[in-house]
Parts: sequence; structure tokens; C-alpha cells
Amino acid sequence: MLETGNIILISLAYLSLLFAIAYYGDKRADENRSIISNPYIYTLSLAVYCTAWTFYGSVGLAAHSGLGFLPIYIGPTLMASLGLLILRKIIRISKVHHITSISDFIASRYGKSVTLGRVVAVICVLGIIPYISLQLKAVSSSLLILTKYPMLTLPLDHTQIPVFMDTAFYATVILAVFAILFGTRHLDTTERHEGMVAAIAFESIVKLAAFLIIGCFVTYYIYDGFTDIASRAMANDKLRSLFTISGGGKKLAYVDWTMYLFLSMMAFILLPRQFQVAVVENVNENHLNNAMWLFPLYLLGINIFVLPIAFGGELHFGSAQMDADFFALFLPMVKQKEVLALLVFIGGTSAATGMVIVETIALSTMICNELVMPLLLRLPIRRLAYRSDLSSLILSIRRGSIVFVLMFGYAYFRFVGEFSALVATGLMSFSAIVQFTPAIIGGIFWKEGTRTGALWGLLAGFTVWGYTLVLPTLANAGIIPQTFVTEGPFGIGFLKPYHLFGLSGFNNISHAVFWSMLANLTMYVGVSLVSTSGAMERTQANLFVDVFKFSKKPDGSHFWRGTAFIPDLRSLLAAVLGERRAGEVISDYARRHDIDMSRKLKADPGMVNHAEKVLSGAIGSSSAHVMVSSVVKEEPLGVEEVMEIIDETKQALAYSRNLEKITAELQAANRQLMALDSLKDEFVSTVTHELRTPLTAIRSLAGIIHEGKGLSPEKRHKFSGIILQEGERLTRLINQVLDFQKIESQAVSLEVAPVDMKQVIEEALKSTKQLVYGKEVDVKLDIDKNHMEVEGDHDRLVVVVLNLLSNAVKFCDNKNGVITIKLSREDEAVRVDVRDNGRGIRKENLDMVFERFWQDKRMPSGKVAGSGLGLAIARKIVDHHNGRIWVESEVGAGSTFSFSLPVKKEKNKTDWRDGIVKP
Amino acid sequence: MKDAGQKSRRLVGIFLLGMVLANYPILSLFNLDRLFIGIPLLYLYMFSLWTVIIFLIILVIKPWVSAEESPTRSSPKTR
Repeated sequence: MLETGNIILISLAYLSLLFAIAYYGDKRADENRSIISNPYIYTLSLAVYCTAWTFYGSVGLAAHSGLGFLPIYIGPTLMASLGLLILRKIIRISKVHHITSISDFIASRYGKSVTLGRVVAVICVLGIIPYISLQLKAVSSSLLILTKYPMLTLPLDHTQIPVFMDTAFYATVILAVFAILFGTRHLDTTERHEGMVAAIAFESIVKLAAFLIIGCFVTYYIYDGFTDIASRAMANDKLRSLFTISGGGKKLAYVDWTMYLFLSMMAFILLPRQFQVAVVENVNENHLNNAMWLFPLYLLGINIFVLPIAFGGELHFGSAQMDADFFALFLPMVKQKEVLALLVFIGGTSAATGMVIVETIALSTMICNELVMPLLLRLPIRRLAYRSDLSSLILSIRRGSIVFVLMFGYAYFRFVGEFSALVATGLMSFSAIVQFTPAIIGGIFWKEGTRTGALWGLLAGFTVWGYTLVLPTLANAGIIPQTFVTEGPFGIGFLKPYHLFGLSGFNNISHAVFWSMLANLTMYVGVSLVSTSGAMERTQANLFVDVFKFSKKPDGSHFWRGTAFIPDLRSLLAAVLGERRAGEVISDYARRHDIDMSRKLKADPGMVNHAEKVLSGAIGSSSAHVMVSSVVKEEPLGVEEVMEIIDETKQALAYSRNLEKITAELQAANRQLMALDSLKDEFVSTVTHELRTPLTAIRSLAGIIHEGKGLSPEKRHKFSGIILQEGERLTRLINQVLDFQKIESQAVSLEVAPVDMKQVIEEALKSTKQLVYGKEVDVKLDIDKNHMEVEGDHDRLVVVVLNLLSNAVKFCDNKNGVITIKLSREDEAVRVDVRDNGRGIRKENLDMVFERFWQDKRMPSGKVAGSGLGLAIARKIVDHHNGRIWVESEVGAGSTFSFSLPVKKEKNKTDWRDGIVKP
Repeated sequence: MKDAGQKSRRLVGIFLLGMVLANYPILSLFNLDRLFIGIPLLYLYMFSLWTVIIFLIILVIKPWVSAEESPTRSSPKTR
């Protein structure tokens, strides 16, 4: 079964299946019936994190250093728990700004900087190439091992085989074809590749299943379960030391363990392929919720058998020098389980190819958008922008990049990669990629991070990484002298790349991570703090950090000034996206914003912004910015715009404060209304009572007169007198109610004329004579001789004084009542005080006395002689005269009711309130 | 999502817990070449911790509640 021909045939069949799945996925996407739009496929696509490194390399590492392989998977588990905080934010930012790669993300955050985009792209390519070559090596080695069956041999040195005889080369070619077919099918503004994702998800299932099956085979078929392997390992001194993280040949200190945790945490989101599947290919932000626990579960599953396989291999092969990386392949081979061996090979291949495909596509996007496009745009720009075949040009660049990346990876594998183990190579890539940590994490949480800071940080970190990790590998490969590593450059001891400044206690990787991150972070923070950022940078920083605030209203951020002619914009879009899509983009925008396209020639900043965002999706933000700028008269944010933004914020603030105020007012009004409502209820019962008392008297007396024959004329006269009096009282009461109603509804018209207040008081006094007479009340007058003329309605003012007087009489001491009326002149007003010596008003009621229907419930008889309207009417009238009415009182000492009216001036138009005055 | 902030805070709590339990010095308590119920102690500890973290995330996320509650595609594929 395991003849070379068969193996190749089966491999090709497997790859064809991948092509079919990808084709089906794309077809469904075109029909708008996505097969990848669910959290499970999303999780499986995230599992592209597990590469040949996981599949073969972990076992190798476990055989050398025990549990040292674990932090690489614990890290992403911990990172997953921060998913809502970090990953969700990155996804939202990328969706809002149409960001399609990690380089685009950083470039866009720091003011759409072309330079920064380039640096990131270069770091990615250089950092990832070894990682890709690692996958190619795994495929090639596993194939070579399998073809030697039934012999168990170490993989040959590949450099012995000519390129065109090397299966790895053909594998590379097939992968390039796949990536080109499904990664660059057309230029898409969202840069999503559903077919590819479907294939990747399938590969994730295959590798997990294959690894679980071989794990069970080793654990339960070859050995007798976990505990059996463990107890045998316990008896073996070498294996026993692998129970711990610091045992084995390659010592792993705690600090290394922690560094690995950090590396893998960051790599999980920053690796170009992870960014591609987690952010760019994300269909729905909510899928993250389930992926947050499903993905760690996947990792747990694929790791649970690593240690048993490693121990099993070590126990079985013992001192025989076998490459532990491929124990998973050797064990079924030695037990003559050909199908199993083939399954492991397919699983390992799926792990490797999945990574290569996604990584290559992600890198090709970066190379095209950040490295090649800006160069192309340097050419006479108008001509380029109007080239109708720009989109096919871009696609060709992408395809070229894919071939370049894969061939570069293959070359690295043939000439350099032979010398290091799988895991060491992978970790080197990880430590290159984590250099983006400050720029990205700082970029989404810290507005003050600047372009210069990010650039210096990246350069510093990358340089240190190169010095402490890459140069030594070159020495190992014999390209530079070995003494560079052992003695330090020029024999300077404290510059030894593995022990920089004499630091020890770290292994090579964590040593490099420590120094490079230290340099990176220091530069990023330090330079950010001393450098200043431009307007564009500031805007982007705000849009990124506060993405959840801004993204509620799509396209709402018109922080960008610039106008363009719509035809210019359209042809720009058409050049990249094609004529049809360009038309759609513009008309979509017009429809959403109610713009009449036929009448408009100029695109507003919003439309320009929209066009740029759409273009960003296809060619990256910095290139899109350059392109759009070529047709736009753009000015960076000026003082005016900044003021506008500030103004908008201020307005929003003022608006909300206003709302709060209004709410408070409404609440107060409501409370008042409720109090008034209960007062009204009381009033209704009082008024009915008041109306009934005179009515009862009138009715009974009228009855007596009507029936009684022997009634003496004196009595008859007296009774009819009472009837008349009661009738008058009734009329007065009703009049008062009607009057008040009128004043309340502001339908009253004042007859304005000069009024002498002395007359008013005298008149009022006359009307109350009878009232006063009933009680023993002494009325004193204290009238100023001055000019006491005001402008107003004479009759109404009489009512005011009358009401105050009758109120005073009502509450006056019955025996020794004294009422003082005082008329005096204040600066510009005439003041009237009516003072009684009654019981006074309690403090808490002072505010209420002028409310209509309010009555003091402490009336001795329990009966109130009045409607409760007198004072309310008085206040209304005084109000209408622009006057002021108030009361001062002390319980037991009596009250003083006062009002003041503006004095009449010569040729002075009185300022009547409410404009109700009809002269 | 009304309680996104609260969820986020709880998840950060899980993260911090994981960071403490999966690092020195807690880690060193289990870093012994010993078997516990027939399984290497550190191996058992790490995988138990792993399971617990996943379980805690599930408890916070409550996938059975929010599952596809709002199926709006945040960015429909446009061609």
C-alpha cells in the first residue's frame, strides 16, 4: 500500500478534495448562501493556528523538554478569554475601515503611513518565510519517511536531491496554484475568500481527527492507556525528567515558559494568517462569542495525546537515534499499520498546507498593497488611475507575490532550514511577529501612540530580533564565522548574540524576545511621548481607540475634508473594482444619503471618504489614500474642522444638560400638578359646601315665608333680608370663581389707565365696611403723602386690596383685631402692606397661600368662610401688572401681605407680560 | 449587547486567574516528577487548569443564551 506511487496518488486525491471544497464554498458565496457563516466553521478556521509544528513538532519538543510545548497552546486559550476586549475591537475597527491585513491595520492607525505599512510588510515577509519553509520541510520529510517503508530512516538531506526530483517542490507548486485560484479569484473589497476558509476548516477537522486517532492508537493499542505509559516512563530516568518543564536535555526555565506564553498569546492574533482568518474572513462579530471557548477546546483536544505519543516513541525506540519530530509517523509504521501511517501523513499534510495557503494569501495581500502598489502609484498618477485594467494588474501582482513567497520559502527550506528543528524555526517567526504588539495593542487603547513612535519601536525591535536570533542561525549555516556567536562580534564578550550584555538564564528565544520587546516598547512609548502627531494621525487614533463610539453611525465621521468630481471618483473605482461595482458603490451611497445624482457633479467629503474606504478593502488604506488624493482636493483637518468637531461635542453636551434640566423641570411641574389636583378636589367639595350653606338658608327661609300665615311683618322682613344677603353671597362666590377662571385662562383684558392707589384703598375699605363691622376689628390707615400713581386697571386693583382685606379680617383676632393698611413708596414702585394680628401662617405653608383653592385647615370652626380663591386672584392680577406679591408671617404674631407695583413714569411704555394687555 | 461590559470584565478576571495559575510560582508547586492517580502531576495540573478555564469562559459567555440571538451580518459580503 505504501508505494511511492500510491502515496502520491492519495495525496493528490486529498488535494483535489480541497480544491473541490474550496470551489463549492466560493460557489455558495456567489449565490449568497454562505457555508462558512457560523461559529463552528469560524472556530475551525482559527485552528489554522495548529500547523505541522503542532502535528509533528510538539511531539519532538515533548520528547526533548517535557511539557515545554504546552505554553504555545495555553497562551491562545488565555488570549481567547480576552477575545471580547481585544479581538472584538480589532475586528470592529477592521470592518469599519475596510482593513485587510496586519500591515494595513498598523499603517491605517498611524495616519495611513506608507512607510509604516512597508516596514510591517517587510517584517512579516522576513519573519514568516522560515515558518512557511518549516511546513514545506514537514511535508517533504514525512513523505520521504513514508516512501522508505518498511524501513525506518531519518529523512535524507534534501540538498542531495535535484530540485525537479524533489516532491517538496511539486507540493509547493500545487499550493501556489491553490492559493492563486482561491485567494486571487477576483478583487474583492472585503478581501474575503469563503472557498479558502471552507477548505481550511475541512483541513482542521482532518488534522484533529488524524491526531486523535494516532493518539488513541499509541495510548490504547500499543500501550495500555495513559497510566501504563506514565508508569513505564516513571521507571525510565530520562523520561521521568520530562514530567517537569525544567527537565530533559533542553532545559526550560520558568522565565522561558512565561515568555512562550506571551509569544503565543500575541502570535494568536498577530500572525498574518491568524489576522486573515480571525479578522478579515470573519463574517459576523458574534461568532467570536462561541469561538472563545470552542477554540481552546480544539487546542486541548489536539494536545492531549502529545505527551503519550512522545513517551511511547521514546519507550519504543529507546536509544535508537530517531527524529522525535516524526514519532507519530514511525509508531504506526513499526507496527505495520499502513493505513494509519497514511492517515497521519494526510493529517500532517493538511496541517502544513492549511497554514501555507492562508499565510501566503495574507502575505501576498501585504506585499501587493504595501510594497508594490505605493511604488506603482509613484508613476504618473492620473494615467495609472484611469487605466481600465488596473484591477487585473493588481490581481497579477497578487499572484506574483504568492509565487514569490512560496518560492522564497522553498529556497529557505533547501538552503537554510535544514539546520534547525521544527519548533525552533516556528518560535523564531513568532518572536518576529510579536514585534507588532506595542504598535497594535497600544494603537487600539492608547491615543497618544504616534507614527514616529511605532516606526522606531518596530525598527528597534526588529533589529534586536535579527541580531539575537537570525545572525546566529546564519553562523550555524556557516555563512558567517561561528566565533561570532561563541566569542561575540570582534571578540566583544558582552555583545554575544545569545547573551547580550551578559544576560543569562534565558534560552535563545526568550532572550531574544526579552531584549527585542524591551527595545521595541521603550522606543514606542518614549518616542510617542516626545513626538507630536499630525491631524490625520490624530483623527485615525481617535477613530481606532473609540471605535465602538463612532461605529454606531456608519460613515458618520466626516472628519476628512476634500471634495472631488463624481466622474473622477467613479473612474477611479471602476479602474480597481470594475465598471459595474463602481456604479453600485456610488449609487448605493447616493441612495442612502438621499443625494440626487443627476443634479450633482461634486462629491461631498462623505462620498469621498466612502470611496476611499471601499478602495482600502481592495488595495490597502495607504494606497487607497494616495489614489483618492490624486483626484481630490484634500486639505488636512484645519483649525476650522477641529473647531467644528469640538463644537459638535459641545453641542451634544449642552443638549444633554438641557435635557436633564427639562426633565427636572417636568418632574417638578408634575409634582405641583398632583398637589394642585388634590387641592382642586378639596376645592370642589368646599365650593359645593359653600354654595349649599346659603342655598339651604334661602330655601328654608323662603319655605317659611311661603307657608307661614301668622308671620309677623317684622319677621318676614328680617327673613327676606337674610335671603337677599345669602343670595348676594352666592353671587359673589360664583363671580369669584368665574373671575378666577377668566384670569387663569388669560382671557382677561385689563383696562389700563393711571390709577391712584389711595383711591383704590379707600374704595376697597368702603366695600369691606360691612365685613369689618361684624367683628370687633380696628382698621388703621398709614398712607404716604407721596405721588402714588400706577398704570393699571382700577377695578382689578380694588379687587386685590379687597381680597387681602377680607383675608385679613377672616383671620384676625375676633376680640381685639387690628388691621393696618400701609401705602408707601419704594424706589420705582408703590407698595401696599395689609397687616393683621391673627394667628399667622406656618412656615411650611407660606409658599402655598397664593395657590388657588388653598385654605388653612386650622380655621377654628372647621368651616371656611371663602372659596380659597381670593389670594390666588390677587396674585394673578398683580402678576398681570408686572408687580410682586408676597407674605411675611410669624405664627401667633400675625401676617403681613404685601404687593408692589411699578410706579407710573412719564412717557414710559409699560412692559406688560405675556402681551395680554389690550389698550 | 447590554452586558458586554460586565462580560468583558469577567473574562479579564478569568485571564488574570489563568495567568497567575499557569505561571511561576504557582506552577513550581506542581513541577515535580511524580505521578498523581497514575498521571504525571504537572500534566494533570495543566490540563485540569485548561479545562477549568474553558468551563469558566462558557459560564460567562452562556452560549445557550446568546446563541445567534442577533444574526445580523456586521458586514455583508459585497461584490
